[in-house]
Amino acid sequence: MRDPLFEFLLRQGDNTLILSHRISEWCGHAPVVEEDIALANIALDLLGQTQMWLGLAGEVEGMGRSSDDLAMLRDAWDFRNAILVERPNGHFGQTMMRQFLFDAYHVELLSELVNSSDARIAAIAAKSLKEVEYHVERSATTIIALGDGTQESHARMQAALDNQWTFAGELFETDAGDETLNETGIAPLPSSLRSRFDARAKAILGAATLAIPETSFAHSGGRSGKQHSEHLGHLLTQMQWLQRAYPGATW
Amino acid sequence: MVAHPDIETVWQWLDEVPDPEIPVISLVDLGIVRDVAYSGNVLSVTLSPTYSGCPATRVIEQDVRNALGAHGVEQLVINQQISPPWTTDWMSEKGKTKLREYGIAAPSAKGQPEACPLCSANGVSLVSQFGSTPCKAHWRCDTCHESFDYFKCI
Repeated sequence: MRDPLFEFLLRQGDNTLILSHRISEWCGHAPVVEEDIALANIALDLLGQTQMWLGLAGEVEGMGRSSDDLAMLRDAWDFRNAILVERPNGHFGQTMMRQFLFDAYHVELLSELVNSSDARIAAIAAKSLKEVEYHVERSATTIIALGDGTQESHARMQAALDNQWTFAGELFETDAGDETLNETGIAPLPSSLRSRFDARAKAILGAATLAIPETSFAHSGGRSGKQHSEHLGHLLTQMQWLQRAYPGATW
Repeated sequence: MVAHPDIETVWQWLDEVPDPEIPVISLVDLGIVRDVAYSGNVLSVTLSPTYSGCPATRVIEQDVRNALGAHGVEQLVINQQISPPWTTDWMSEKGKTKLREYGIAAPSAKGQPEACPLCSANGVSLVSQFGSTPCKAHWRCDTCHESFDYFKCI
């Protein structure tokens, strides 16, 4: 089995990297300029967090790989992000729903990681948490505005929720590596974050007049790397294009 | 041992290096210079990033290098420190005043601008929590109706 700490750090860095790339696809395309700027700013925060997580992952691995190497020189099967974040943006409401589901998980995770027994993880979490508190505030506000908006926006947001809810469950999947990290106080069990996520989701989606789908099914395969969706490969060909076309190119 | 400029002088030099995004305030005003120290003849300057993805971080390092180089500092090490995370509480009062004069509302414990930095009216409304740079939010004055940047608290 791979080192659970390395695996954990890849999961953090890959979630923030892939989501950052996805939302940066909106740059220049968002419905209004304020949203364009907000999405680009959030993408930037997530990219900065990626540098910290993957930087530490490379350090822990001890093979001399930098955060750039890990981001640009791995193929789909080595990525450990949840499937939720690699899914296509769809319309703006769909993107914001995915953002809310991720932010609502992310803020709970980081709130626990600030107390990690690993000081390096606690430091990254403390830095990231300040940013992510703003992310969740914005995505929640937007979800409420669109869900409790017009008939059209309400219908689209309900469809966006129905479409993505079953991808949120993977964020709370817990394996043997997670158990090991939990025993040493490095990271909480993902499953332990579920009830607080559910409470926030219920409150915000309720205020947005949206109904949470009645299913406990959850797609799986991203955080284990066993089966990403077909979308990740396409995303990587774009994100990694320069390194693939010109191996070793630097600024 | 070669004589080197004292720590206080180095701080003064750093206080003359403008923030690349908001050039009216210095890096010291912004509160991102955490430490200045010597190890033998090597000067080490420790900086904290404002936001983890702030694109100015690299530019700031280069600016520090250039400014201290111009004062004759040859042996310089720049460290980045993320813990404790940078907070707007570390911004100087001088910096906050300069921000207001420049038209940017200073961070406030209220969690929102104290007043419009342009006409000083009290009624202001949030446009977006994300503004022209990662560290700013976008607000609008209810009186003069101009939109302005607010340096948000983190």
